[in-house]
Amino acid sequence: MKSVLPILTIVGAILLIWVVAVIPMNMHLTADQAQRDGLVVTPATPAERQGYSGLGLSFANPDLIPLTYNLDRPRLPSPHQVAGEMWDTIALRNVTSRQSLVYHGWVTLSSTLVGFVIGTTLGILLAIGIVHNRAMDMSVMPWAIASQTIPILALAPMIIVMMGQFGIQGLLPKAVISAYLSFFPVVVGMVKGLRSPDAMQMDLLRTYYASASQGFWKLRLPASVPYLFASFKIGISAALVGAIVAELPTGARAGFGARMLVGDQYGNPLVTWAALFAAAITAAALVAIFTAMERLTLRRMGMAAA
Amino acid sequence: MTADTVISAQGLNLTFQTNDGPVHALKDVDLDIRKGEFVSFIGPSGCGKTTFLRCIAGLETPTGGTLTVNGMTPDQARRARAYGYVFQAAGLYPWRTIGGNVKLPLEIMGFSKAEQAERVARVLALVDLAGFEKKFPWQLSGGMQQRASIARALAFDADILLMDEPFGALDEIVRDHLNEQLLALWARTEKTIGFVTHSIPEAVYLSTKIVVMSPRPGRITDVIDSPLPKERPLDIRDSKEFIDIAHRVREGLRAGHVDD
Repeated sequence: MKSVLPILTIVGAILLIWVVAVIPMNMHLTADQAQRDGLVVTPATPAERQGYSGLGLSFANPDLIPLTYNLDRPRLPSPHQVAGEMWDTIALRNVTSRQSLVYHGWVTLSSTLVGFVIGTTLGILLAIGIVHNRAMDMSVMPWAIASQTIPILALAPMIIVMMGQFGIQGLLPKAVISAYLSFFPVVVGMVKGLRSPDAMQMDLLRTYYASASQGFWKLRLPASVPYLFASFKIGISAALVGAIVAELPTGARAGFGARMLVGDQYGNPLVTWAALFAAAITAAALVAIFTAMERLTLRRMGMAAA
Repeated sequence: MTADTVISAQGLNLTFQTNDGPVHALKDVDLDIRKGEFVSFIGPSGCGKTTFLRCIAGLETPTGGTLTVNGMTPDQARRARAYGYVFQAAGLYPWRTIGGNVKLPLEIMGFSKAEQAERVARVLALVDLAGFEKKFPWQLSGGMQQRASIARALAFDADILLMDEPFGALDEIVRDHLNEQLLALWARTEKTIGFVTHSIPEAVYLSTKIVVMSPRPGRITDVIDSPLPKERPLDIRDSKEFIDIAHRVREGLRAGHVDD
């Protein structure tokens, strides 16, 4: 619990920067609105105001500063507006409603989890192959690395269109993209984990004339567990990003990605920002769950010394 | 070579090919070890003492000469699980309890559950670790961990125990204590023990036969059959015989160093 204070300090600093940044970011919009409402604005016309920076305009119109925090369609929403939107769409809506972020969150989360399971399984199997088969050792890793250099934003629409061609729609194409992003950290971590036993450990098993599968189940696999959890934590957040990205280019009607796009297209930044924060909180929660599972597993295995 | 010879090496050679040219790790090594002997290999690093032990275990393959263990090739002996091997580090699995670690070879070799439990209890008692079965390795001191690893090597009743500087990483007081216990264990189990060390007092105190080796190329320079009695209290180290043998070992080590 000693990490609470440093974390709160950082959160506080970010909030402070955010709150200050709202003023210049929104000042032009505020000034335009104030002029329409008949308030005194300097300079008086939008054309003249274009010559000012957001900061300059703020100094010229200190009276308008409070108004920058309550625009309907702000360029940068203030923290309390985002919080309000989130409260509204998470707590006050029926979870089955299309207006509910819980509904959209579940859509994204379900394909995230399916994709994560596919990606993790694939990653573990590939890692086992790499460690036990020389041909796979030489060939798989370069392809795995190459696969991650392709921008997922370019690949996602192709996967979705191609799978749609075969009549596969909805959750599965998104899960495939999640799997595509999450298998990689699992392969890398798992290969390292399976190879973590040193030469002496391998020699010891040779003195017992142990088979390769005994070596795998009794030594390599348990030794890889700490590495596996590190990979899980990276993999699950990558899977969430994958699911969101998969929702962006395809006109998906539900999910965090769809909400972000809707907010953007209809000029309603509050919706985008609320979805963004909800996604970040979801990712943090998923990572926290894996951290707790890691602690529990390692303690059970007797490896969480002191 | 007599009827009770357990390990026999004749003209044994092992050359490693490295980027700097061939390295003669072992050159023309002749040695017979009889059943029940406690043989120490002593010499500076690079003299091939560990390599020789690994050859006996079938972990390295000699490039020339013959080597038999229980009348078989080392690899056959390894398959027949003819020896237990103790490394310099205890190498216990951190995710297994002490009992679980001792059980490891028994699981691999397919002993029944009941027999596993019986053997674990027996060998842990043998190394004075009864009652620590359910503890994890990190809960034990370094000396206790090494004793657990000896128990692990004893668990499947191999007649030969090969030990590669097993107490090298421990402090002197713990080491004395473990040496005393090892002698008692040897007397009780009548195993044949091959023991690599670079401590002269340790070699003289423990062994019935001391093999002095020297490097470049790795070879045997002296083989000393110890006149010390089998029963050896720690204070035997102050006796004249002990000091005489230690002196001879030191001379042998010095002779091997003339080329430096």
